Amino acid sequence: MNSSTGWDHGVGRHLLGIEGMGRSDLERILEVTDRFAEIGRRPIPKVPALRGRTVASVFFEDSTRTRLSFETAARRLSADTLTFTAGSSSLSKGESLRDTVEVIRSYGADVLVIRHGMAGTPHRVAQWTDAAVVNAGDGCHEHPTQALLDAYTLREHRGALDGMSIAIVGDILHSRVARSGVLAFSLLGAEVTLVAPTTLLPPSLEDWPVRVSHDLDDVIGSLDACYMLRMQRERHDDGLIPSLREYTADYGLSARRAERLPKDALILHPGPTNPGVEIAAEVAAAERSVILDQVANGVSVRMAVLFLLLGSVPDPDAVAEAN
Amino acid sequence: MGIVLRGGRVVDSDGESVVDVEIGDDGRIAAVGTGLVGEEDLDCAGCVVAPGLVDLHAHLRQPGDEEAETIETGARAGALGGYTALVAMPNTEPTTDCVAVVEQVRALGEPAACEIVPSAAMTVGRRGHQMTPMGELVDAGVGMFTDDGTGVQDPQVMRRLMEYSTGLTDRLGHPVVLAQHCEVTALSEGGYMHEGAWSSRLGIGGQPAEAEELMVMRDITLARMTGARIHFQHLSTGVSVAMVREAKAAGLPVTAEATTHHFTLTDAACACYDPVFKVHPPLRTDADVAAVRAGLADGTIDAIATDHAPHTVHAKERPFDQAPPGMLGLETALSLALEYSGLDLSGVLAALSWRPAAIAGLADRHGGPVRPSRPANLCVFDPDATWTVSGRAMASRSANTPYEGWSLRGRVRHTLNRGEPVVVDGEARR
Repeated sequence: MNSSTGWDHGVGRHLLGIEGMGRSDLERILEVTDRFAEIGRRPIPKVPALRGRTVASVFFEDSTRTRLSFETAARRLSADTLTFTAGSSSLSKGESLRDTVEVIRSYGADVLVIRHGMAGTPHRVAQWTDAAVVNAGDGCHEHPTQALLDAYTLREHRGALDGMSIAIVGDILHSRVARSGVLAFSLLGAEVTLVAPTTLLPPSLEDWPVRVSHDLDDVIGSLDACYMLRMQRERHDDGLIPSLREYTADYGLSARRAERLPKDALILHPGPTNPGVEIAAEVAAAERSVILDQVANGVSVRMAVLFLLLGSVPDPDAVAEAN
Repeated sequence: MGIVLRGGRVVDSDGESVVDVEIGDDGRIAAVGTGLVGEEDLDCAGCVVAPGLVDLHAHLRQPGDEEAETIETGARAGALGGYTALVAMPNTEPTTDCVAVVEQVRALGEPAACEIVPSAAMTVGRRGHQMTPMGELVDAGVGMFTDDGTGVQDPQVMRRLMEYSTGLTDRLGHPVVLAQHCEVTALSEGGYMHEGAWSSRLGIGGQPAEAEELMVMRDITLARMTGARIHFQHLSTGVSVAMVREAKAAGLPVTAEATTHHFTLTDAACACYDPVFKVHPPLRTDADVAAVRAGLADGTIDAIATDHAPHTVHAKERPFDQAPPGMLGLETALSLALEYSGLDLSGVLAALSWRPAAIAGLADRHGGPVRPSRPANLCVFDPDATWTVSGRAMASRSANTPYEGWSLRGRVRHTLNRGEPVVVDGEARR
């Protein structure tokens, strides 16, 4: 779909990141997602589109939610699934990343869904294998299917992202969700404001299509969506914030602060939440919170991505030609 | 009567002239002139005949990591690159921090294609605490001390090292050189590339320029305090270059080197996530590259070094954070310097040959003018020959060159080590 420009991050043969994709690439995926969302609402939410294909989850870092979401998506497409997690692996025996990938490929995996703690690892794997690679989160870099499901969720509630004002609040520095979100939301026409203390922002925001604020109260009254990021408790030990208490006071979405959001503003969170840290439990459960929609849409978006990478027929109800 | 280097243009610190050079059987230059007759001619037509190059900064990996490089293969790579002397870095396994390892490195270097000059660690195990037996090492002929790979973090330890080194001048015959890898690790920890726009975009932890600059600043201050002779390794930032410029203007006994990669590549190269571009100090910005070139141009930076750092394919296939830093340099340095340093031919040779020879205390046998009775450590290169870089084709045991596929100009034709042709027509003979 996108042309290869030295580093092919978009959906061409691989989905490595939102970086490198154009607005039409994103819109195409969201349109295809609509069809899979419909399939998801059927009594038997399963189509034969990827029968005979194999989707491997290759997770070097724990993430039950993302892995289950991808595996559910693969099964609804009738693909076979393989699961590799680092805990059960031979990496501890000194096997190299490249060997691991080649072994999994040799089991017939057509897609490698990769989660790794270091930025760029899926990009390296893509250079080594002829399988399709999907980035399911690489370190502090990107998490493209998360941004797609977030955009899909916003679009579901608002029709389009054009002109929306979206704040992403919290630990931007370490967040692959934020990096992919910034790119996807702004490509789709939203205005993004990053809200965080300076220590939790990337050292340079040169060329980022964002505004920056250190004052959530200052921006909250004019938002269409407030995206709260998970706050890792160890950031306090890293010396990046004085305490979780001060963080919650300044950047947490308390019930009281949430009242100042415009009436129809949406609240998003990539999950799992830290209730009482970045978001109050009652705010996460409130009607305007679309956190559970995000989870449900995740499966549809991932079905669309796997289908677009592997499906060779336009109709998901038909079986893709084995090739 | 021996070998005659015929038809080349001799360029050395005295100037240049088109003359033949006759090498005597004693490994020294026998005669310089026209119409010389020898037993064997080496064709130097169209070539520059120059004093051999001297690298202040080579990781030869032996003892300890012979899978990546050995002294034999590293020296062969050096000879093919025009080098006649390599200062071997002490981050071996075990660390070169005592006379026994120094003697081992020197013995391994004896049959090699270049002179191997062992440097020694400043602190035991390069751990930054306890001084190595510097007096004993000086007596064994070591003139350069460095914990390269890491800088000495503790300012009190560094002060004591500087003070102690000043008392060894008479024993060595000239001042002991303390060569520092400037990096405050408290600031660089968790960083794998230059901290800036690219690291932010790529989601890779960054090493700020200030991690280098703070230690340059500290060591200039301590050099002023102690009078010690400091050499700054691989300067990579504009502010570092400016501080060294100022220190030299103030008359402090400091010298500096820059690597070829720090004036040819920027942090944008890391966008492909290939750790072949991971190096310490990291590749920096366009502005830093310009500052390094300006530092070379005005002599703030005395020498071009390689920081030749071989790593196996296996090691460089690790994720970016886990892959070891470093890149090959010996076989590409001369070409890159000729094309990208901004220096003229004489300036390139000064930075690659006679200035580093003086810094390493090798001026008696390397880098000197091409005159009768001087040791015949010479390189002959065709400044117009073009070639394409291929890691696999290199003599190094490793292939981690960041210049894969680059077309470069300037290629070594012959290299003479103590009169012996170790490279002839671009082929290694040792």
